[in-house]
Amino acid sequence: MSSVAAAIMGFAGGMVGGLLGVGGGVLFVPALAIFLGETQVRAEATSLLAIVPVALVAVWRQLGYGNVRVRDGLVIGALSPIGVGIGVVASNSIPQRALELTFAGLALVIAAQLVIRALRPRPDAQEESA
Amino acid sequence: MASRTLKLAAIGTAGGAFSGLLGVGGGSVIVPLLIVWLGYGAREATGTSLMAIVVIAAVAVTLQAFYGNVDPPNAALVGIPAIGGALAGTALQQRIPERTISLLFAGLLVVVAGKLILS
Repeated sequence: MSSVAAAIMGFAGGMVGGLLGVGGGVLFVPALAIFLGETQVRAEATSLLAIVPVALVAVWRQLGYGNVRVRDGLVIGALSPIGVGIGVVASNSIPQRALELTFAGLALVIAAQLVIRALRPRPDAQEESA
Repeated sequence: MASRTLKLAAIGTAGGAFSGLLGVGGGSVIVPLLIVWLGYGAREATGTSLMAIVVIAAVAVTLQAFYGNVDPPNAALVGIPAIGGALAGTALQQRIPERTISLLFAGLLVVVAGKLILS
């Protein structure tokens, strides 16, 4: 029963991943932790393994649609480990709660910017709906 | 051109830092920064973000595997249906306007923020 729930969450996570260009971990991690009984650390690590094929399949499809700037993606991917290192060091020296609240605030600011941009009338807006 | 590369480098670093700090996926940082900062269309931002995520997740899972934290059977249980979901999600994405993708993404960021605040 919980395996079925985890599989359904997996499908939904893959759908969010393909639709919005994220890995799907936002749903994989709770699926693994809640329905399959993994600890938080193991759920996050195991989620990464599920993300690899999801991202590969989604990139393959998006390449076909002409929506991937391969060089840019590789530059971002290649440099992110530096950020991970900075993040891990910082998370051990700054209170976790302060980090969570700071990033939550940043996420809300970015969300607001996306909404403003999306609602702003643009000359090319008609082409998109065609 | 050089400043463009610097921005890409900053986006990669920010995405990685976000993951390293909070265990949130890099994509939730990469996609909006590509849109807001580099003027990407929403579809291009998601496709390019996924390219980066392939690299990021492959490196990170390899490291986690050394610590014995990865559970392949459970990854398959979640990840195999997720492949179907990804196919459906990318196909659906081609049929909706870019501004709808941006608005859905804003919704995802609100969920992420809510999770961080409530954690």
